[in-house]
Amino acid sequence: MSKFAYLSVLLGCLMGTAWLELFLRTKVYRRTIRLILTILPVLVVFSIWDAYAIAQKHWTFDTRYVTGITTVANIPLDEILFFIVIPICAILSFEAVRSARNWYAGDEDSK
Amino acid sequence: MTYTELTLLGVLIVVTLDLYVFRTKILKRKVFWASYSIVIFFQLVTNGILTGFGIVEYNGDAIIGSSTAQESPPAFIGDGRLVFAPIEDLLFGFCLVTLTLIIWVWLGRIGVQREPRSGPPRKSLERLLGTN
Repeated sequence: MSKFAYLSVLLGCLMGTAWLELFLRTKVYRRTIRLILTILPVLVVFSIWDAYAIAQKHWTFDTRYVTGITTVANIPLDEILFFIVIPICAILSFEAVRSARNWYAGDEDSK
Repeated sequence: MTYTELTLLGVLIVVTLDLYVFRTKILKRKVFWASYSIVIFFQLVTNGILTGFGIVEYNGDAIIGSSTAQESPPAFIGDGRLVFAPIEDLLFGFCLVTLTLIIWVWLGRIGVQREPRSGPPRKSLERLLGTN
């Protein structure tokens, strides 16, 4: 356990889902613009939630296990990366199920 | 507001966004619940690591469960916890994952990189996945 403990968990999430892009051909990373446009608002909303929770002391981070780099409103860099990595994993899982099952998701055609 | 209250409010907002604002209606689709059940399993694993090792610690005043003493892990199950994490985290995760997928699907719907579509799986995986 070290300052990179939190980051290691996130790295594990990225590595654990990477095979979906390769073997189920989810093409999520390849749709980079759509991926970034999805992550940005999610990152903003959840950073605000995180900032509030940190200010209200809903949760705290053990300084031994996080990088120690903080961003806006005392949010650890580790948390910012969490709000980027988890959405990527969620989309990869979603597109992996579509790849395997061809189930309708609602974005196949215009509204 | 407590963490408990915020997560309940969050779920309400996310459900409203899906059904009435973006009208993506992913909450009514099989593809969502199938992928969400995979996600929730891995959430329990990764969140269990983050909370079990005390990388992230919660204040008993903000959650259903209680605070845990320094250097002792929270309950594995019970005291408002499931795999070390406050049960509120399940709702927090639901909000994070569902909001992400609502925006992802909505962007596709308005024509942002609908292509290339996902699939098909590589031939080597076909037997593992079964037929479509």
